[in-house]
Amino acid sequence: MSTGVAIVGAAESDLGVTNRSILGLQAQAIGRSLADAGLTLRDVDGLATTGVSRFSATQLADHFGLQPRWTDSTYAGGSAFEMFVARATQAIQAGQAETVVISFASNQRSARSRSLGGVVEDHTPEAQFETPYGPLFPLSYYAMAAQRYLHTYGGTREALAEVAVAAREWALLNPAAFRHGTRSLTAEEVVGSTMISSPLTALDCCLVTDGGGAIVLTSSERARDLRKKPVEVLGYGERTTNTSMTAVPDLTVTGAVGSGADAFARAGVTPADIDVAQVYDSFTITVALTLEALGFCGRGEALDWIADGRIRPGGDFPLNTSGGGLSYCHPGQFGVMLLIEAVAQLRGEAGDRQVPGARLALAHGTGGILSTHATVVLGVES
Amino acid sequence: MIAPEVPPPDEITLPWWEATREHRLLVQTCAGCSGTQHPPRALCVHCGSDHLDWSTSAGAGVVDSFTVVHRAPRPELDVPYVIARVRLAEGVILLTRLEGQPQEEWSIDDPVRLTWVDLDDGRALPVFVPADVS
Ligand SMILES: [Zn+2]
Repeated sequence: MSTGVAIVGAAESDLGVTNRSILGLQAQAIGRSLADAGLTLRDVDGLATTGVSRFSATQLADHFGLQPRWTDSTYAGGSAFEMFVARATQAIQAGQAETVVISFASNQRSARSRSLGGVVEDHTPEAQFETPYGPLFPLSYYAMAAQRYLHTYGGTREALAEVAVAAREWALLNPAAFRHGTRSLTAEEVVGSTMISSPLTALDCCLVTDGGGAIVLTSSERARDLRKKPVEVLGYGERTTNTSMTAVPDLTVTGAVGSGADAFARAGVTPADIDVAQVYDSFTITVALTLEALGFCGRGEALDWIADGRIRPGGDFPLNTSGGGLSYCHPGQFGVMLLIEAVAQLRGEAGDRQVPGARLALAHGTGGILSTHATVVLGVES
Repeated sequence: MIAPEVPPPDEITLPWWEATREHRLLVQTCAGCSGTQHPPRALCVHCGSDHLDWSTSAGAGVVDSFTVVHRAPRPELDVPYVIARVRLAEGVILLTRLEGQPQEEWSIDDPVRLTWVDLDDGRALPVFVPADVS
């Protein structure tokens, strides 16, 4: 069931190695997404973004000469953008804003701003009780989740590598992907690449690239008069679970259980109804845990479920059709890119990687160390 | 493990760090519901009470999960080393290091025993070794 709010514009900024500033990439993404919708900056009265500065939405509003009626800069890592869809939908329903832009951009590859240890804030408990031991952040937490998952359910490292192998196959079909024009991966190559934090290797980890994107939302009623086929917001849900590495008792069960259940209930659909899914693939293990949490398969079943090409091009569960954070781009917070690809698929604009007849899409963002989880269900009329 | 820099305690964590000077591992314990938690907090996460006491851990636990780090997040760290979640018998989970045997010998669910790495300022960090090593 529609919320009465639709996505009417979507676009990427330049991706890869851009040598551009964050605001320059933001301007590309926002300008292109508004052009896609047939709108202009003067139509925008709501802004949601992160990663610009401490005052992210405020900074962006100033940069564009806007004085928005509504903003959101909730900092929740890669899942923030799926949360923004929920909040923007509510703001539009409530009449607080009419046209909302959700955007993100990072120049982390050009600026060499990514650190293996993450950003440590000395006043937090983690700085006293975790950082001194030297975990990679966030990688070592996902690595411990993977270790526990493979131990508990008896999966093999090669089976987990299928997430990266399938992502590469999709990226080979996407001209915008960082790994476009390279070649297929094998599970053996993933397992045999440089070990970073066992059992995860370099090829289990998302890319580090520049990039960004934006989407534009407005009421479904207004969307009917705009350029593109409206993509309706059908459902959303979120859970926030932890900042520390020790708060969650079972590393294999994530907050996506709750976020997914809420989103499906709100949309009035089930996992089996989804035609195409974009699930944050910060690491290969993230996808296995999230697919189970969202209910696409049972607990401990993900590696069997994705075997035999199910999530590759032509498979019966098209997943991360852009090539994902593993092979398309990963500007640090991938959540907005998941939404852009879902929109492309639902509009039938995805070129060689188009899923025929896709009507119902899911985007799921994950932030931090399996800290924040947000699910969005989108659809178009058939 | 070489002693790392650790930020100073705050009013919530001070008793926990002070006990480490005597190589005692404290677990914050709720006077209201008997729940345990780590790291220390201002309120009980189980019942919300602020009547929080301390109990001393016996120092026995099992490996909940672990990872061997092969690329150092800080230049002063020598790789590889083993980061782990250890579940104490008292119920809480600590992030820690596993030491005392070659990294490839560790398995999930291994029983472990507490030992200490002394910091330059007199405090100490809890780390764990195989339970059967004296
Ligand atoms: Zn209590």
